Amino acid sequence: MNRFDWVNANSVDQALASVTDESSFKAGGVDLLDLMKDGIASPSRLVNIRQISGLDQISEDDKGLRIGPLVTLTQIEEHPAVQKTYAALSEAASRIATPQIRNMATVGGNLVQRPRCWYFRSEDFHCRKKGGTHCFAQDGENDYHAIFDNRVCAIIHPSGIAVPLVAMNGRAEITAKKGKREVALEEFFTSPTHDVHRENILEPGELITAIVVPASEARTAYYKQGEKESFDWPIADVAVSLAMQGSRCSKASIVLGGAAPYPYRAKAAEAKLNNSEITEDSARAAADAAMANATPLEKNAYKIPIFEAIVRRTILRAAGMKAEGVAA
Amino acid sequence: MPVQEQSQQSKDVKGGTKGEPKPVQRSRDKDQAKKATPAQPASHDMKVRSGIVSAAAQQDAITEVTRSVPAGEPDQLANNDELKFIGKRITRLDGPAKTTGRARYTSDVYLPGMLYGAMITSTMPHARIRSIDVTKAKAYPGVKGVYILQHLSDMAEVKDKSKEMASKYPIVRFAGQPIGGIAATSQAAANEAVKLIKIDYEQLAFVTSVEDARRPDAPLVYPAPAAMAATAGGGGGEEDVPQKGNVRGPARSRRGGPHGDLEKGFSEADAVVEGDYRTQVQTHCSLETHGVVADWKPEMLTVYASTQGTSTVRDEMAEVFGIPKAKVRVITEYMGGGFGAKFGAGNFGVTAAALSKQTGAPVKMMLSRKQEQLSSGNRPDARIHMKIGAKKDGTLTAMQLVSYGTAGVGTGAGTAGPTQNMYKCANVHTEEYDVFTNAGPAAAMRAPGHPQGAFALEQAVDELAEKLGMDPLEFRDKNDEHPARREERRIGAELSGWSQRHKAGADSGPVKRGLGMAQAVWYRIADVGASAEVRIGRDGSVEFMSSVQDIGGGIRTVLAQVVAEELGLQPRDITMKIGDTTYPPGPPSGGSQTTNSITPSARNAAYKAKRMLLEEIAPGLNVSADDLVMSEGKVFAKDNPSVSLSFKQAAARMKTDDVSATAKRGEDYKEAGGGRGRFITYGGVQFAQVAVDTETGVIKVEKVWAVHDCGRPMNPLLLENQINGGVLQGISYALYEDRVIDRNYGYVLNPNLEQYKVIGSRETPEIKVHVVENILGLSSTDAGGIGEPAKIPTAAAVANAVYNATGVRVRQLPMRPATMLAALGKVKGMTA
Repeated sequence: MNRFDWVNANSVDQALASVTDESSFKAGGVDLLDLMKDGIASPSRLVNIRQISGLDQISEDDKGLRIGPLVTLTQIEEHPAVQKTYAALSEAASRIATPQIRNMATVGGNLVQRPRCWYFRSEDFHCRKKGGTHCFAQDGENDYHAIFDNRVCAIIHPSGIAVPLVAMNGRAEITAKKGKREVALEEFFTSPTHDVHRENILEPGELITAIVVPASEARTAYYKQGEKESFDWPIADVAVSLAMQGSRCSKASIVLGGAAPYPYRAKAAEAKLNNSEITEDSARAAADAAMANATPLEKNAYKIPIFEAIVRRTILRAAGMKAEGVAA
Repeated sequence: MPVQEQSQQSKDVKGGTKGEPKPVQRSRDKDQAKKATPAQPASHDMKVRSGIVSAAAQQDAITEVTRSVPAGEPDQLANNDELKFIGKRITRLDGPAKTTGRARYTSDVYLPGMLYGAMITSTMPHARIRSIDVTKAKAYPGVKGVYILQHLSDMAEVKDKSKEMASKYPIVRFAGQPIGGIAATSQAAANEAVKLIKIDYEQLAFVTSVEDARRPDAPLVYPAPAAMAATAGGGGGEEDVPQKGNVRGPARSRRGGPHGDLEKGFSEADAVVEGDYRTQVQTHCSLETHGVVADWKPEMLTVYASTQGTSTVRDEMAEVFGIPKAKVRVITEYMGGGFGAKFGAGNFGVTAAALSKQTGAPVKMMLSRKQEQLSSGNRPDARIHMKIGAKKDGTLTAMQLVSYGTAGVGTGAGTAGPTQNMYKCANVHTEEYDVFTNAGPAAAMRAPGHPQGAFALEQAVDELAEKLGMDPLEFRDKNDEHPARREERRIGAELSGWSQRHKAGADSGPVKRGLGMAQAVWYRIADVGASAEVRIGRDGSVEFMSSVQDIGGGIRTVLAQVVAEELGLQPRDITMKIGDTTYPPGPPSGGSQTTNSITPSARNAAYKAKRMLLEEIAPGLNVSADDLVMSEGKVFAKDNPSVSLSFKQAAARMKTDDVSATAKRGEDYKEAGGGRGRFITYGGVQFAQVAVDTETGVIKVEKVWAVHDCGRPMNPLLLENQINGGVLQGISYALYEDRVIDRNYGYVLNPNLEQYKVIGSRETPEIKVHVVENILGLSSTDAGGIGEPAKIPTAAAVANAVYNATGVRVRQLPMRPATMLAALGKVKGMTA
């Protein structure tokens, strides 16, 4: 790990004033420490924002939910209002990593963590995302890679909470020296075809200062499947939000994790549910539609039947119906 | 008879099979073994009990036999239900030290003036090093020493040195291969300095998979036939096998090895099954990585080592540096897991000692997790072709196994053990091939070759039974003569509700449940030179001393139980001094031999020391020493209630400051009248219940019933710990673990504990352990071993349960969702 300066920021202003082009903000430090130890990141300065007061709160009113960027995943998981009204978000937070990591990891950090692609994480490979010219996953060991938008860079986005947050139309409040802006999370995450070197629109010197989720009557559910239930990244995860009018779905929002380099909105699946009854058949049709345009690589076509199963089941669960399965 | 007896012919009781630990004569203390053998003490005939306590089958129950027992050894112990401490659930003596963090592991050792080491490793999978420039690294602030290895251990070497490629430095044959090390005043400085080492590589073509390496035009990992020296933990294949290209084999002449006429056997069969099975490379994943603190002083090299063999590390250090063993001291107070990979000095250990010698300061060298995953050993993968046949009545007539596997740049990928040693069959033929690849070398790993071999064999046996319309247990009863396994099948069937088992694939709905079973075979291995000392002080204190190390099984506690039982004291009364080569040499903990090897030495030493004490004090009490008994903290005369002293009072009557006795284990008791030594195996039968999600491919193991034998169970609590661990490591092997190498560039992609996936708490099933008390009557404690048998059958039992659940055979490990879905025909373009 490289040598670096350490600056403790006590306010957002101070954090923004302390940051340079070669700096990193440090919240929980979970992913950042990994990146530095593996030689992927070598910031000359860490601006510690962990102790800025007021950024670690969750508040709820009739407009919706406001989550500070320093809120931990454990706080999300355990917050009664989140559990009650934003169930998919609480469920997603509870399934990330380990209790120890969830105690340290923050919402902001989880959203902007770097991908887990083993080529990106290995110092032995100078891949396209790191400034090289090749995506080694294309003709390499691509078991865990993307099945959509995967030709430039086949990472999957690693954030577990991004999946339900996008499904719930969450927005990021971004603060820079020049002021604040608010961006829909769906626009916040970007494709490698836009800029392969990053996963979101955050500019150097910008800080996420809140995540806002609009109030909604929609019913939500989230499901993650890894290869094992404890301490594993998803092979596939899905968040479903269903706005219901009587027994009909008026608006469905279905977002896939583990599928693309960003939380992937399955619009074809949503279309199958909008203005439809939620039944085993419509759920199956939606799940199949979600996978219709998948472009798997050599070793990850197995994700397709998995998505087909968990999308269908999660739609049914969001609608309050039962769906049998074995957790992993 | 409670033991399986087989012909001694073509069996090598001491050498072990390929990849198994080679006990004392082979590997450890050659001089000492020589000394021990000719000095056979006089022996006498003794009647001993032998058999399974409360066996259901009459022929397996306890009977009395006569054995030849060396003079000076105590009578056979009673059965466990009549003993005070042996066979009882005594909690670990060092439990509080471990749980409070007071227990000092090698990682916790800090010596005054100690430097921190970091290894320099190869960044190429195959290369000749032209030059190494250490100038910048040496100049880095805090750096005190740089050492470049001139010779590497723990991997194969070209046998005829003249045929090795000309090179100033050892040829690099895998990415992550040790090159040397740096010592600095901080870990950070050492790590940074490593990055400043400039190595000029001439890259060579490489190959990383068994399939590619077998091609006629494959790049050669070694330019000429190569072999790997065995360590105490095994590793390394047989020496005299042919090699063509990267393929070394066939190894044929092995314990239980080929016999009969295969063609005839298959022609006699009414049903034959055959299939191809694949298993993956598994790494040891010890929580404490390999490492040492080496302190080179002119008078003594002291090495704190995370090892499962204090004496084997001492021997290798002495050999490498050309110093007498007496000038090497190895200390292992506590160690965090070995599983077969931690016997030798290691390239890192040699580097640390050389750096300590160079700098005059102690050097700590702990491998990083990445280095641990790349270079410290693994279980080889396997491609096994298995074919077996039987008559209508279930009698096995022929068994054939051909396996190819890669131990990377090492050897020892054989898998034939279970096929050769589990079932009675007149016609057996096995061929095992090691395939060299440019990947980290294998090391012995918990039952080398056997989980692989059992995965193929036990599925094939189930398949054949089904083809014949027989229940898998009935089929095994017919072909398996091992008495303990017979009892274990009966118990496991009862516990698991086997009679209620449904037909394969009978569940409706997407989630299907199934029950399956599989068996283990492992070998009774002992270090006959294992030595221990018991000292009783005039103040009533008792010390136990042996260099034996606790690999984690809890031998410290078991030995205290044994000494306490003999002296009539409490286990906590015994001061346990182990894990230090200053004490009499104990066994290396490999081959499941620790308890079998060292508990008889402990009991014999305690018995001798007791006799010495009693003989000293008997005259003063006007009784014969033979009439005195030690029990419940007292010394009293059998028939004279007026003679009764506390242990302390008795000790105070000694004329000298202490009495002390050292005893070696010696060989297993022979048949009276000078019978031959026997080849004895342990059994072990496991039953598993699984749930399979046939839409997502997720397999979850819900329950495991593990029924085992290991001679006399010495401490059921610790045994259950080890069996639980074996089952968990077995499930982890069955479903999750897999070392992944990028086929295009030759780098391991998951050298960590994140993407190399190890079982976690949510994958832990309910495990019910049952241990059969099998009194063998072959040593003064009747103890055996359990570490390895506990892991052997798990993956096979899970696979058989998956078949029972789904009606689909998965012949590939790990059975991850992708594999299961492919086997179910649900993935386009993929099969399994």
